[in-house]
Amino acid sequence: MLPEEIQQLETPAAIAQWDAEALTGGSLARGELVLWTTRERIVALCRFLKRERQFTRLVAVTCIDRYPVEPRFEVVYLLHSIPRNERLRLKVALHSGDAVVPSVCGVWAGANWYEREVFDMFGVRFEGHPDLRRILMPDYWQGHPLRKDFPVHGHKYSYKDE
Amino acid sequence: MNPVDTAMEHRLEEIEPAAPGAPRRMVLNMGPQHPSTHGVLRVILELDGEIVTSARPDIGYLHTGIEKQAEALGWQQVVTITDRMDYLANLSNNLAYVLPVEKLLGIEIPPKAQWMRVLLAELSRINSHVVWLGTHALDLGAMTVFFYCFREREELLRIFEMFSGQRMMTSYIRIGGLALEPPRGWDRAVRNFIRGFPEKVDEYEALLRENPIFLKRTQGVAYAPLEQLLDLGVTGPMIRAAGLAWDIRKAEPYSSYEKFDFRVPVEQSSDVYARFLIRLEEMRQSARIVEQALEGMPEGAWKADAPRVVLPDREKMKTQMEALIYHFKIVTEGVHVPAGEAYVPVESPRGEIGFYVVSDGGTQPWRVFMRTPSFGNLQALPALFEGKLIADTIAALGSMDFVLGDVDR
Repeated sequence: MLPEEIQQLETPAAIAQWDAEALTGGSLARGELVLWTTRERIVALCRFLKRERQFTRLVAVTCIDRYPVEPRFEVVYLLHSIPRNERLRLKVALHSGDAVVPSVCGVWAGANWYEREVFDMFGVRFEGHPDLRRILMPDYWQGHPLRKDFPVHGHKYSYKDE
Repeated sequence: MNPVDTAMEHRLEEIEPAAPGAPRRMVLNMGPQHPSTHGVLRVILELDGEIVTSARPDIGYLHTGIEKQAEALGWQQVVTITDRMDYLANLSNNLAYVLPVEKLLGIEIPPKAQWMRVLLAELSRINSHVVWLGTHALDLGAMTVFFYCFREREELLRIFEMFSGQRMMTSYIRIGGLALEPPRGWDRAVRNFIRGFPEKVDEYEALLRENPIFLKRTQGVAYAPLEQLLDLGVTGPMIRAAGLAWDIRKAEPYSSYEKFDFRVPVEQSSDVYARFLIRLEEMRQSARIVEQALEGMPEGAWKADAPRVVLPDREKMKTQMEALIYHFKIVTEGVHVPAGEAYVPVESPRGEIGFYVVSDGGTQPWRVFMRTPSFGNLQALPALFEGKLIADTIAALGSMDFVLGDVDR
């Protein structure tokens, strides 16, 4: 559950009032607020934050691989509200066998490339993404380079034709 | 078959053939080696006559896996690869990386190092903007500006070389302060440059601001409304040219920017010309910041008093047992950064750059995510291209001021 000090902050309080079960956890370290949610609620929560809390900017979407710990992936959404001068990180935990999360492209158009990058680098699938293809690696690449079990010096068999 | 060819054909195949009876379209492949993209960018354009109906950027040609490399290097070593992302704003990148790491370490940076960082970051902003202006004007047919701009760039690179020994890959800002003591006579070199610089900006302005050819090619070209640009994740001069007075140096000051007096330029027309005016004014404001930093440069240490992070002075290392032990520990084992994560946004010449740094308590980063401004800005390319003339794409590309190394990392 949310720690006491976070419940008193404006944004988490507003979220709790909107949907008491939207947040599954949170932390406040060095002045940076991190809130945990679930993949069932991520899109609705983003829409709420954009509409009611002026989080008009999606700074980035990225991912952390906690291999070999399960749930392995943490998809991180970095949000910013210019009028409130407030930053916030949302996180969703995903298990390795089921790394799928709904896309937030419908909320911010800018999520498009960031979600493609996470798909390319970590193999997390974004449901409802308009154009989920690799973005930085070539189309024929096999594997997802930023996974912790992908060797730093590449894989001998990453090229299909070799 | 060569894998590269298959990828190219595969992407061109994605474009559906026109339905029978529909107007004929032309598919034009711009890049990856088109000179006006200043890097390796490929854009697939669909044309109806001279109008661009669809533009699809294809990136990744310069991807070198910098984020993956960062996970295999020590904390201090990662500074060197941040240089290689964006060759025009190395010092801003260095600064953007060290700030979140210092936040995790909880170390206090002495005022002199902070001011020095501001001074260097502003010099690199000027460096980036003069290169942008020169090449942008060259794309639009004005050659003289290019030579003028590179004249100033040469002086700046000499200053960077004086500080760090390198013209471009400076790696001068390090975790805990600076890499080396500022060299003797640095203030004279910077002062000589910065005194004359505002006049040079006037020269650029005189060449372009009322030049009818330049005006024709820039005014009203590549317009996009503010809401759309914000939604697409655009930051920096492009967003200020669309009427939003938002600058991270003012909104969330870092490295004691709150002590400097400067103005954030804003324009409303959100076209190529507005972006030109913004960057021109930013050069002047950067020059003002550098002058203030020169005048008020605090005395004192240029690196933090953090023996577990910063290497001791050579003299101490040779005479004191403790210093020798710390030196040995840092060199052989590396710096331990407490577990946790941090993100500090920094206003680079192109917009918001931020390193989202995750540590597991070890001597190597667990994850370094680089939120680069060029990647976010380039996503707005279709918005600037579609429905407009193909001849304007060159001006639109130039006005975005991206560095492909920064996009692909």
